[in-house]
Amino acid sequence: MNGAPALKVTDLCKSFSGITAANNINVEATDGDIIGIIGANGAGKTVFVNMITGYLKPTSGKIEHHGKDITGIEPRDATHVGVCRSFQVSQVFMTMTVRENLLIALAIAKDEGKAMLSSPRSPDLLAEADRMMAAYKIEDHADAVASTLSQGVRKLLDIAMAVVANPKVLLLDEPTSGVSVEEKFAIMDIVIAALKEKGVTVLFVEHDMEIVERYVDRVLAFYQGEVICDAPPAEALVDPKVIEYVIGHDHAPNPTPAVNGGEKPETANA
Amino acid sequence: MLQILRSDKTIRWTLVGFFVLAIAGNFMPAWVQNNLMFGLARGLAVLGLMVLWRTGLISFGHALYFGIGAYAVALVDKHLGVSDIFLRLAFAMGAAAMVGFALGFILRKYRSIFFAMLSLAFSMVLYGILVKVEALGSTDGFSVSATSILGWTPESKYTLFCAIIVACAAAACMVQYYLKTGLGALTTAIRDNELRVEYLGYSVSKAIHFKYIISAGLAGASGAMMAMALGQVDPDSMVNWTVSGELVFITVMAGPGSVIAPFIGGVVFEFLRTYAFELAPHAWQLIVGGTLLAIIFFLPMGLWSLLERIWVRKGSSS
Repeated sequence: MNGAPALKVTDLCKSFSGITAANNINVEATDGDIIGIIGANGAGKTVFVNMITGYLKPTSGKIEHHGKDITGIEPRDATHVGVCRSFQVSQVFMTMTVRENLLIALAIAKDEGKAMLSSPRSPDLLAEADRMMAAYKIEDHADAVASTLSQGVRKLLDIAMAVVANPKVLLLDEPTSGVSVEEKFAIMDIVIAALKEKGVTVLFVEHDMEIVERYVDRVLAFYQGEVICDAPPAEALVDPKVIEYVIGHDHAPNPTPAVNGGEKPETANA
Repeated sequence: MLQILRSDKTIRWTLVGFFVLAIAGNFMPAWVQNNLMFGLARGLAVLGLMVLWRTGLISFGHALYFGIGAYAVALVDKHLGVSDIFLRLAFAMGAAAMVGFALGFILRKYRSIFFAMLSLAFSMVLYGILVKVEALGSTDGFSVSATSILGWTPESKYTLFCAIIVACAAAACMVQYYLKTGLGALTTAIRDNELRVEYLGYSVSKAIHFKYIISAGLAGASGAMMAMALGQVDPDSMVNWTVSGELVFITVMAGPGSVIAPFIGGVVFEFLRTYAFELAPHAWQLIVGGTLLAIIFFLPMGLWSLLERIWVRKGSSS
């Protein structure tokens, strides 16, 4: 590390045929930060994640990782520099077993792909896959084909595969979406414990405020492509703008009256 | 590498199977030997198509590389007097792989029907050139002289039959080894989820390009073997779209289950066509087409899946 933030986003904008999906987003994250990204559907959360991980090219603005400009790089290059991600809909190899999924991920990650020229079933990769499965508590499903797994286990596999490349920054897009109420806290306990141990900077998109309250150090609240609040959860979740435009009065910790007459709020980073 | 070769049952059975076939070939009538040569030679191209199919890609234009391989043999024979099987194979595979490398930059950007049809378009461009250009033999093509091995020209075709078997065994073992490596395992991974492969840090385009070059090289070898076995090359029997169709036909009929399947498929196709023609000279295509329909309906994973079922049943009963 060179003292520069793990992630620095400056004046990031994205528009699609005149429709603004992200507008002047400014965010900084230091090593080991756990940040929750909240916002209603269409607020620009996934667009933000997609731009950082190279899936979408920003219209303007800059993304830096430990001082290195990574704006608009290819997804695989984002992985190579240490910025990895998981997906809202788990992106795993459906016809392969859990172990085979991890072995492929490990073979690609190891020695910059040199392991791809030999069998991924080498003793050291098998041991590493076992260690990953134990860390993410999916070892009971090692030989199960991914298409037969529950959403929760598939999510864990998806995240474990994203972590294989030893990321410095990990973006998780709705890690608990589609997961049962009983499973979601268990999943987050496993994931956050494993990532904290490695000092990974985590940004995760989440709709469940209980999850946000329990696991994050900071909250980024999005509304119409802008960050309207960047604060610790204790402050962010009682912020009138966040309650009005993100959480809703019914779900606010302490119900508050509407602000701003429903007009677009001032942004946190404007 | 040795670890994979030693521990792999498929490689052992492939070598045993081809060895037995090589011995048995000596006692077979010439027409059976010929059919086996044609079937096995086609199997080489189908092996390459199987690699692409496992990646989720089907090429309707591999006659391009089949034809390049065949014409490379004919041209080096005509202009350079090359009759040695190793040199002919090297020229054929090299030429096909080089064209595959060049076209791969375009084709790797396309998927599904676009990949299939673009491949077909390229093969038809070559067909058009061959038909029109006198120097390339036009519609008549060229004859190919007898093949020699390190300076010795055998009198019977049995030597070529054995050489084809050696080439098929070597190709099957190499592809089996390749499929067991991380790169080979990417075939299924790419078919399942390209996005995840990219986010794991590997270029899907590069991986597909590499597989495409492998399949082009194998189709080149296949065309070369066919040219040497037939002793003649011409656009209709080497490059026309019907040749690509036959290769896809055999790929579907054989199934993607094993590196041995393409050779079984190739041989079954040759005998099926021979007997269908014998039975109904004016409607043999109906028999061949009907067989493929039956396989698609009852054995969607090809003939190999039938053999697997039989082995599993035998294994469980014993």
